[in-house]
Amino acid sequence: MEAVIKVNDISHSFGKETVLKDIQLSVGKGEVFGLLGPSGSGKTTLVKIIVGILKPISGNAVVLEKTMPSLKQMKHIGFMAQSDALYSELSGRENLDFFASVYGLSKAERQQRIREVLEVLGLSDDIDKPVDKFSGGMKRRVSLAAALLHKPEILILDEPTVGIDPVLRKSIWEELNALKDEGTTIILTTHVMDEAEKCDQLALLRNGHVIAQGTPHSLKKDINAATIEEAFLHYGGVGQ
Amino acid sequence: MKVMAIIKRILHQFRRDKRSMALMIVAPLFILTLMWLVLDGDSYSPDIAVVDIPEPIIEILEGQEAEIHVMAMEEAEKALKDEELDAMLTWDEAGFKVLLEGSDPNANSAVQKVLQQTMKESSDKPVPQTKVEFLHGSENLNLFDNVGPVLIGFFVFFFVFIVGGVSFLRERTQGTLERLLATPLKRWEIVTGYLGGFGVFTVIQSIIIAAFSIYVLNIYMTGEFWYVMLITFLLAMAALSLGTLLSAYANNEFQMMQFIPLVIVPQVFFSGIFNLDTMQPWLRAIGKVMPLTYGGEALRDIMIRGEGIHGFLDEVYILIGFSVLFILLNILALKRHRKL
Ligand SMILES: Nc1ncnc2c1ncn2[C@@H]1O[C@H](COP(=O)(O)OP(=O)(O)OP(=O)(O)O)[C@@H](O)[C@H]1O
Ligand SMILES: [Mg+2]
Repeated sequence: MEAVIKVNDISHSFGKETVLKDIQLSVGKGEVFGLLGPSGSGKTTLVKIIVGILKPISGNAVVLEKTMPSLKQMKHIGFMAQSDALYSELSGRENLDFFASVYGLSKAERQQRIREVLEVLGLSDDIDKPVDKFSGGMKRRVSLAAALLHKPEILILDEPTVGIDPVLRKSIWEELNALKDEGTTIILTTHVMDEAEKCDQLALLRNGHVIAQGTPHSLKKDINAATIEEAFLHYGGVGQ
Repeated sequence: MKVMAIIKRILHQFRRDKRSMALMIVAPLFILTLMWLVLDGDSYSPDIAVVDIPEPIIEILEGQEAEIHVMAMEEAEKALKDEELDAMLTWDEAGFKVLLEGSDPNANSAVQKVLQQTMKESSDKPVPQTKVEFLHGSENLNLFDNVGPVLIGFFVFFFVFIVGGVSFLRERTQGTLERLLATPLKRWEIVTGYLGGFGVFTVIQSIIIAAFSIYVLNIYMTGEFWYVMLITFLLAMAALSLGTLLSAYANNEFQMMQFIPLVIVPQVFFSGIFNLDTMQPWLRAIGKVMPLTYGGEALRDIMIRGEGIHGFLDEVYILIGFSVLFILLNILALKRHRKL
């Protein structure tokens, strides 16, 4: 499969603290690629580097055959940050309208895309309230909506389902799978094991190292583990 | 256009955040009014006690701008001690003797002026009249008229600096700056969008502040109104670009406030609200690196001296220079987040 995203030997540190060490990844077109790892393992740092808003100490990320950061490729990426980056005084709709216009969508396109995205995420009712009156899960969904507006080829989602109830989580996964079927490549981070099972490819991250990589099935099968959790503990032990 | 999207968003935010809007408009009007009440008083008329003064001289004294009280010696001395009087005037063969209360320089000079005038009028020889004319201003120009133009500039500068700096800071702390940098927006588009959004707002702010000072507080004004607008606008742009630049070095709103004593207060001292002519030249040079020095000077040129654009063209260029410098530094500072 053709690689849409390639991570080449990325290492990064904040001050003396090494956060990522020699990371090699390759994500194929139309894959759902999961980064699974405990808190502090470097997931956010890695996706920020891929998106182009953090410069690694060494190595680089290549998106659609261009080294990041590249303004041209940023058009093709939809990014959802771990913290909801929304303007709290503005209503949800105003936030979405703003992010859509930053991508150069016309007024008619914006209205149509906002309507579509809101419907998918079940947000239509409260969207005109100011964001600071939103619940945590609602903010999360508006952030996700903002990443989908310009129909990006690549979605990079940092813990997209944190604080979202099981019913909504299921519908978000249905939407992600639908996007995948249309050819969208998705990278997402998570520390929820059952979510990891839904990914096509998984990279297990621990202390800035990729300790194992493969399909959820092969990761389990290789060591006769019943769950990803078991696999994670196993590889973590071996990798040390 | 993408810059327009940012401008529109900032104006939306202003509309929602009524308090910041009020801070930028109502607060300057309020403080200017207070300054006006304090500084715009009529000239002070001192209380002077006269002790054993010949009648004709008392008559002349009473014709001056002063309250004259005829008193006995002890009575006057006590009143002077109790600060009910500003001066006590006695007479012996040698001439007048004045005892000033002395704690208020304003009162001192008012008393002296009264006495000088009395001397002149009481001498037998006719004194040749000096005719005083004003190149700029008029005899009614008071302290408020003099510092008012600088104050207008100062308040525009101060409030735009704070509100602009804090909103850019919040952009960083709430993660939206990073989010914007993950879009195809260029760094200069972000900075320009900010200048544009605040620019629209500061034009309105400047109109209100200047119009209020000129038409309601009746500050002395002989120049063109739109020149005043031009200068306050340029000052606001310098303040905004400096505020957003410094916000990169603050981690929260409180740290932003810490820039006030470092950046804002010195400008008050060096920008010409106080007369600096007696200060050491090297100290005076500090004022040369401060935008408000040039803004204040230009505003005085316009409002008091009624000068046309050529009178303050240098200041205009320098203010533009400050803004351009700060804007470029802003664009550079964003490089910390994204190389491109
Ligand atoms: N700006 C920063 N300055 C200094 N250290 C940082 C910075 N950002 C992250 N770190 C450190 O880098 C390490 C990895 O952080 P990162 O946010 O990538 O973890 P994560 O896997 O996303 O964790 P979580 O699941 O909690 O979000 C942590 O130890 C963190 O303290
Ligand atoms: Mg994280």
